[in-house]
Amino acid sequence: MNTRENILARLRGSLGRNAENGAHGRAIINEYLAAHTKGPQPKISGDLLARFCEESKKLSSSVDEVTSLRDVPQAVARYLAEHKLPTQAVCWPEFASLDWRGAQLDVASRTVDGRDPVGITGCHSAIAETGTLILCSSPLTPAALSLLPETHIVIVPAGCIVGVMEDAWQRVRTEVSTGKAGWPRAINFISGPSRTGDIEQTIVLGAHGPYRVHIVIVRE
Amino acid sequence: MEIHSMHFKARAGQKMADVVLQQNLKKTRSKFVDKRANAIRQLDDFEDLRTAAQELRDRVINNLDLWLERFEEEATRRGATVLWARDGAEVCRLTVDIARKHGVTMAVKSKSMLSEEAALNQALEAAGIRPVETDLGEYILQINNNEPPSHIVAPVFHKSKEEISALFARTHGLPPKTGIEEMAREAREVLRPHFLSAGMGISGGNFLVAETGSVALVTNEGNGRMVTTMPDVHVAITGIEKVVPTLEDLATLMRLLPRSATGQSISNYFSLLTGVKKPDDSDGPRHMYFILVDNGRADLVAGEYAAMLRCIRCGACMNHCPVYQSIGGHAYGWVYPGPMGSVLTPLLGGIENALDLPQASTLCNQCGSVCPVNIPLPDLLRKLRERQLKNGLRPLSERLLLRSWSWLARHPRCYTLAAQLGARYLRWLGEDGKRIRVLGLMPEWTTGRDLPAPPGKTFRELYAARARARK
Repeated sequence: MNTRENILARLRGSLGRNAENGAHGRAIINEYLAAHTKGPQPKISGDLLARFCEESKKLSSSVDEVTSLRDVPQAVARYLAEHKLPTQAVCWPEFASLDWRGAQLDVASRTVDGRDPVGITGCHSAIAETGTLILCSSPLTPAALSLLPETHIVIVPAGCIVGVMEDAWQRVRTEVSTGKAGWPRAINFISGPSRTGDIEQTIVLGAHGPYRVHIVIVRE
Repeated sequence: MEIHSMHFKARAGQKMADVVLQQNLKKTRSKFVDKRANAIRQLDDFEDLRTAAQELRDRVINNLDLWLERFEEEATRRGATVLWARDGAEVCRLTVDIARKHGVTMAVKSKSMLSEEAALNQALEAAGIRPVETDLGEYILQINNNEPPSHIVAPVFHKSKEEISALFARTHGLPPKTGIEEMAREAREVLRPHFLSAGMGISGGNFLVAETGSVALVTNEGNGRMVTTMPDVHVAITGIEKVVPTLEDLATLMRLLPRSATGQSISNYFSLLTGVKKPDDSDGPRHMYFILVDNGRADLVAGEYAAMLRCIRCGACMNHCPVYQSIGGHAYGWVYPGPMGSVLTPLLGGIENALDLPQASTLCNQCGSVCPVNIPLPDLLRKLRERQLKNGLRPLSERLLLRSWSWLARHPRCYTLAAQLGARYLRWLGEDGKRIRVLGLMPEWTTGRDLPAPPGKTFRELYAARARARK
């Protein structure tokens, strides 16, 4: 008997599994998986955008708002200048056509490497409950760009902000089921800059991921 | 990892006497407790939430065979390879085989307690594959001659920044740093090239999601994302009990896990990883393996200790345990310290190999009251004590003592007499009527502290005296 069978056989033995209750059990599992029953959720009252901004700041992200996507390069330039950060950046392909040059920024759309100082991405959804950004990996939305650079700038359309984590899962499911994309290899929930509390339980920002997360909300 | 829990008593004594450790523990002790309390207060209804969490964990554990089959089916369908391991040795063999198959010479690791159970690092090294721990705490332990972790969430809970600074200077050959920020940056810079060059990433798994065949990873540092994004091969090593049904269930648990562990409303990174890199993806592993580990867990389902399988490894029980707070994690002698470790170590490693652990608790139920999945830890510890007694694993003196107690409790007159004698004896022992420095027949009780001397009369005597005085 191989290991898999050994483990499963011992489980089946303890649980008193037989053909009949096995079939019944599988039917219940199918039902449960299809139902997507939700547990207790917090009530997110009021303006989702306001709550999202408030929670993001608690996580040490910084937040800016612009009215349209066209204004993003200027906002990014302002942020980088204010923090005396390099003006070279790598972005997701969907933002390559923005007028970065007009904002005196040198932004390329390519594969990120370990030395690129700034990464600019969008997001799939954002959660008001916790100020969390959700990024789904795909050829056009690579995961490494939100991870390797020391500064991560995220363009967040106000319309993609949802209340709670369950709403975000539902959005991903809907997109997959409508065939827009396959199930993403990596769904990353990002809640502020990377941090560690391992030394004396004192939190410091900037562990292996970004030191800074700057969110630019696009209202249009 | 070998079990050294039989030396608990001796080790606990050493830890109590370790001045540096005591200072370090004192410094961090209240941080976890206060942060958790604040975070739990933000929830509308903690009890409601943890009842839901308990139910969804039990849902899986009560049909674990079927849920595992379902998980395996989904994971395989989405491109991962699912392997099974009966014990630590099998984990090591499978991991080494995977590494060899893909020509891997270095593996970057994010924190995995399962790999500690299996002593995986030693096995990789023996096979000529270099393991590099990347969680800051685990990295510190690795460069300190593979010291074992003392906490499941904060592995270097027991160390001061001064000790770590000296260790970094010694290991990295750089000038010593004084600030924690600088030390974190130094570790980042040392480890970054490894992330980018390693052929294999090894992670644990906080949860396995049956709905999508995914592993969910919870980290703050981003190292979990690194080891599962940059290398060509990803191996996720988890216990068989980690399955949760749906993404909604994951949301429920994610409201509890970070709050209970570190007092965060959500941890920095939370990743759901499913299958392998798509054809046009520029990152992600081309090969993904799950190693589902039994190591004694299968024997716990449907038994009186099944509730222990609910555990989501948040560490709240140890953070709130007066025993853990006094001695730290190393005295417990295996991978898991504190109350959950005192239950799990005897169950997974053999009750005869961890005789002291079920006793290493005052049964005050701090652990049970903070557990986010309602594990009745004191009840489980008491059951283990009963089993020890039944199996003749307690010393003769203790058994005789319990037997005499049981007899006395059933003979009220004798009980009264014994209590009167005892109270007077203790009063006589007490110096200046206040404290007992050495407790006659049980001197161990007073090696670390004095016992307050009782007033010399029993409760019933005092009660009767007061009633008389009122008249």
